[in-house]
Amino acid sequence: MTGVDDDVPDGRELLRVEGVTKAFPGVRALDGVDLNLRAGEVHVLLGENGAGKSTLIKMLAGVHRPDTGRVLVAGREVAVRSAQDAQRLGIATIHQEFNLVPGLTVAENIFLGRQPRTRLGLIDKRTMRARAAELLRRVRLDVSPDAPVAELGIARLQMVEIAKALSLGARVLIMDEPTAVLTSEEVGTLFGIVRELRDSGVGIVFITHHLEEIAALGDRVTVLRDGRSVAEVPAGTDEDELIRLMVGRDIAEQYPRERPAEPGAPLLRVRGLTREPAFRDVGFDVRAGEVVGLAGLVGAGRTEVARALFGVDRYDAGTVEVSGEELARGDVRAAMRAGLGLVPEDRKGQGLLLDASLGDNLTLARLERDTRGGFVDRRGPRREAAAVAERLKVRMSGLEQSARTLSGGNQQKIVIGKWLLAGARLLILDEPTRGIDVGAKVEIYRLVNELTAAGHAVLMISSDLPEVLGMSDRVLVMAQGRIAGELAGERATQDAVMQLALRPANGGNTYEVSAMEGSDVG
Amino acid sequence: MSAEVLRAPGGSALGQWFARAVLRNGPLGGLVALVLVMAVLSRDFLNGQNLLNVGVQASVTAILAFGVTFVIVSAGIDLSVGSVAALSATVVAWCATTEGLPVWLSVLLGLAVGAAAGLVSGALVAYGRLPAFIATLAMLSVGRGLALVISGGSPIAFPSALGGLGDTLGGRLPVPVLVLAAMGAVAALILARTYTGRAMFAIGGNEEAARLSGIDVRRRKLVIYALSGLFAAVAGIVLAARLTSAQPQAAVGYELDAIAAVVIGGASLSGGSGKVSGTLIGALILAVLRNGLNLLSVSAFWQQVATGLVIALAVLLDTLRRRSAR
Repeated sequence: MTGVDDDVPDGRELLRVEGVTKAFPGVRALDGVDLNLRAGEVHVLLGENGAGKSTLIKMLAGVHRPDTGRVLVAGREVAVRSAQDAQRLGIATIHQEFNLVPGLTVAENIFLGRQPRTRLGLIDKRTMRARAAELLRRVRLDVSPDAPVAELGIARLQMVEIAKALSLGARVLIMDEPTAVLTSEEVGTLFGIVRELRDSGVGIVFITHHLEEIAALGDRVTVLRDGRSVAEVPAGTDEDELIRLMVGRDIAEQYPRERPAEPGAPLLRVRGLTREPAFRDVGFDVRAGEVVGLAGLVGAGRTEVARALFGVDRYDAGTVEVSGEELARGDVRAAMRAGLGLVPEDRKGQGLLLDASLGDNLTLARLERDTRGGFVDRRGPRREAAAVAERLKVRMSGLEQSARTLSGGNQQKIVIGKWLLAGARLLILDEPTRGIDVGAKVEIYRLVNELTAAGHAVLMISSDLPEVLGMSDRVLVMAQGRIAGELAGERATQDAVMQLALRPANGGNTYEVSAMEGSDVG
Repeated sequence: MSAEVLRAPGGSALGQWFARAVLRNGPLGGLVALVLVMAVLSRDFLNGQNLLNVGVQASVTAILAFGVTFVIVSAGIDLSVGSVAALSATVVAWCATTEGLPVWLSVLLGLAVGAAAGLVSGALVAYGRLPAFIATLAMLSVGRGLALVISGGSPIAFPSALGGLGDTLGGRLPVPVLVLAAMGAVAALILARTYTGRAMFAIGGNEEAARLSGIDVRRRKLVIYALSGLFAAVAGIVLAARLTSAQPQAAVGYELDAIAAVVIGGASLSGGSGKVSGTLIGALILAVLRNGLNLLSVSAFWQQVATGLVIALAVLLDTLRRRSAR
């Protein structure tokens, strides 16, 4: 424990998490996390995507339950089994997705389910309004308690959430990236409110990816990495040191990268791709035989770019060329004809027909090609599907098995196999190994090798830094909707990527300059 | 007295056996069980002529239900098929009888009107982003209204050239049953072998995944609803031929029978599954039930209760069967 915060006046311990672990099928989300929160402090929770922050706060909100370890509130061991338990213990969480009912007023939302009643059992609107007005004053929100929540902007919605937390008498307030959606002015207001709450004795767990906010607002920082709490440091800690703590690990020898010496001709050429506010002036090339990584924080615009260039969503400006031919905007079929394939990040929601057979899933993307005079040839494609499933080593009872019953890794192989069958030459893989066990991961990496060896190309979006660095020939880093830099070869280190992802260069598309900045670190 | 009659067909041992049969074999087991129960309870049930009657009674519902199967497999719903059937029949009769157009042309126009009604529903769903329930509920009203407008509210004699459609072949084989068989074969072919048919399963299974795999979801929806309208038109023409007149108030509520047949046949209302054979069995179950209860002189009021129970039971057992299969 550091000495800095021992002189915080009202330093009682509000919340303590000890050695908590949590495993999901195939993933160890938490692997020994300690955290303690005192009254009157802002405790920053820092970590990469997937480090375990969300799982931890969901545990404190009663969504998940720890496998092992203890949670203590005010010194007493507790079990947080439900949202009601959390509420009773004085723990309020403000998630990134707000829990407000758009059709109701501000006051009705604040007191949802706990409306003050009159003696007759009817809702006491006057009292409710008055108490809501008082709470709104505390969070300095200048809206009427009768305003419909649907009319409020995001910053104000957040304040309503905070008011709701206050009305519950929360002693512990957990805020999950509250600044991610705010303008700098709104961030200032939010900080003011957070400081007031802190001074009134509330303990605040604050999650942010913006390093500069840590020193401005925080008292202590707990760093999570790979599901473990690796350090607890004062908020004044140097930013470079914080980054080192967040990433500090070696790339294991689990990325069997093999590449042909020279990449071939450009397959994909993206120029000036823009759709405000998701992404702006995005440009890059992908050559035959190459794996290009697309790194960045969640929300940096990577998935949006992938969907736009595959024709799923529209874009306002820019061009996408495949083998020199410009693609029509917003036309998935044109992108497919040109040889693109997208393995989406949400495997179950966007990649698979879960209740359909593996055969139907594998042949889905070539349905049109297998159609002659309106009739679909099902036998020929079936044979090819069987061959692809064999090549990908899909563990299944047969092509008639339903996709739902496969493990995550085998499901992902089916989605990739679908594009192999469709003859895709450039695969966009969006978080291809999320939630997949290590064995299946390596099989997917080997498949990527096979593809590039055959002259195909892969654009790989991944929040798993070792994976991006281990598998990519070049890494593009996106931050706030722009390409913040490109890192190749030796310059592509975890520190350099995180530097670009967290502290984007101010200029436009000056790849080289920002890449140099990145490589200076460490 | 009615209560006694109701208890008679569903003795508890029989009920259990029925339940087990369905549990093991799905809708077909249910149909076989129901047929056996009816055969035991009524001497008149299991003779050739009566069974052909059941086929005739099932034909209109089944043809409507084939079209609705397409929509339900793609995770939509079509409430308008009863109205569209009446509208199409009315158009055929009006063209041929009132306006004196050639019968072949009148039939063509009737079919076109059915397909067009489906096309409009499909456009509202695919491009207007209306929930299918709302779009086809609107078409239910519009279709019925147009049928009334065209006919002035009274039945129009159906052209005698089409009378054969409601009659028998060689005095024995009812033509509606032949039409049913033909439309069933066409529907099965569409569902299993055509691009649109395979797209129905993909869209119903996961619309976003279908779109990301290059299925032109919106255009397919147009075709799907148009097919439903076309099948409704055929059903309407068969019905009018049997009644020898196109009645604007015909087929009211048939859409619910059609949906029930599809669901009894094992399709899921959430889309992605369904078979033409299942739908046919569903329509036959409804027809056998009605025919049998008629033979047993169960009152029409209690028949409705029994139909409702069978629908609930069939889907309940099917759900249980699937769950245990997992």
